[in-house]
Amino acid sequence: MPAQPLELILARQFGDSISLPVFLVDPEGNLLFYNEPAEVIFGLKFNETGGMRMEEWATVFKPCDRDGHPLIPESLPIVKTLTSQLPANGEFFVDSLSGERNFISVSSFPIISRTKRFLGAMAVFLKSQEQ
Amino acid sequence: MKIKVWGCRGSLPSPDPDNYRYGGNTSCIQVTHGETCIILDAGSGIMRLGRYLNPTIKEVHILLSHLHIDHTMGLGFFQPLYNPQVKVHLWGPSSGEEPLLFRLRRYFSPPLFPVKLSELPRHPEVHELGDEEFLIGDIRVKSEFVCHPGPTLGYRLMAGNKTIAYLPDHEVMLGSSDFPKEPEWTSGFDLANKVDLLFHDGAYTSKEYVGKMGWGHSSIRDAILFAKMCQVKKLSIFHHEPTRTDEQVYRLLQDVLQQGDINFELEMCAEGNVYEF
Repeated sequence: MPAQPLELILARQFGDSISLPVFLVDPEGNLLFYNEPAEVIFGLKFNETGGMRMEEWATVFKPCDRDGHPLIPESLPIVKTLTSQLPANGEFFVDSLSGERNFISVSSFPIISRTKRFLGAMAVFLKSQEQ
Repeated sequence: MKIKVWGCRGSLPSPDPDNYRYGGNTSCIQVTHGETCIILDAGSGIMRLGRYLNPTIKEVHILLSHLHIDHTMGLGFFQPLYNPQVKVHLWGPSSGEEPLLFRLRRYFSPPLFPVKLSELPRHPEVHELGDEEFLIGDIRVKSEFVCHPGPTLGYRLMAGNKTIAYLPDHEVMLGSSDFPKEPEWTSGFDLANKVDLLFHDGAYTSKEYVGKMGWGHSSIRDAILFAKMCQVKKLSIFHHEPTRTDEQVYRLLQDVLQQGDINFELEMCAEGNVYEF
C-alpha cells in the first residue's frame, strides 16, 4: 500500500500527541485515524477497528439527535468539510458502543497541501453540555 | 546510471585536515545517465562539480531538496550558470505562496550575493515541484514532500532497472506514526522503498538526537531502521555534522556495524564516492 502524504502523516502525529479527541479522514471520507481521547467517546479502540469506510463509521459511531434519531452523514461537520473544503462546526449526540449518549461539539477543517492539493479533513471535538 | 558525491556534509562547509576522508563540502550529488545530467542540491560541493563538468554537457538539471543555505550556497559559484551555452534548469519545492523563482532571487541578491539571477547570461529555467513524477531525459524522477522544517522534497531517481533515493535532510522519527512499524504512515517511504542506493540523513547519534528533536534531522539509528523498513540494498549515511572529524565518523560506523542485525550494505557517505549501476 502506498504511503500517505506527509500532511496526513503529520496530522495523525499531531492528533496522536494531544489530549483533544481527533478524527482524521481522507478526501473520500474514509476514516484514517482517531486518537485515544476519541476512543473514550466512541467506546472503540483504533488498534482494533483500524481505518473504516465512511458508510461504516457513520453507522458505527451513531451520530444522532437528542431523541436518538440518526443524523444523515451530510449533516456532520466533517462531511460538510469534505464537500466544501471549508471549516465547519456542529453539535450533536454520539452513542458509544457502551450505550452512553454523549453530546459533542465538533469543529472540522480541511487539510490542503502547500500545492493546494485537498488531502482530507480533521475534526476535533469535545464532550459538551447541551444548551 | 553513474552517481558521484561532491558533498555530503551537513549545515556548514567544514574544510579541515581532519575531514579529509569524508569531505567538508555540503550536499551535492551528480547523477548522469547517457546524455542526462542531474545534480541533487547545490551545496558548496557544486562549485567543484562545475569545474569538472564534462564540456560536452549543454543542459543541466539541478534538483533542490529545499532552500536551506547548505543546499543552495554553491549555486552562485556554479560556473555553467555563467556559460550561455549551457541551459540550467532549477527544480525545487513549491511553497504554495511565494514562487520558487522569488525565493531563489533572495539568494541571488545583495547583501547575500552580488549577481542577480536576471544578470546571468542565460536565465535558468525554474520548475516548481510537489508530490509528482516526471521524466528528465531517460531518468524518471519522483518528488515528494518529506518531514523537515519548511518545504522540503526527497527524490527518487529511476533509470533502467536501477533506483536511487535522496533524502539528505529528513527527520523520519517525527514524520512517522509508530516508527518503524507502519511504512504506510512514514514520511519518505514511497521514495526509498526497495531502492538500490539510499542517501539518507544521519546527522546525529541517538543521544544527540534527544536534544535536537524537531530540527529536521535523523539519528544514524533511525536512518538504519528506515532503510531496513524500506528494504534498501545499500544505505549511505548523509549530512555529517560539521564538527565531526573523520575519526569520529568512522567510529560511529564501526559502532553501528558491531551492533549487527543490518541486512544491507551500510556506509558513511564520503565526498568523491562514485557508484555505477
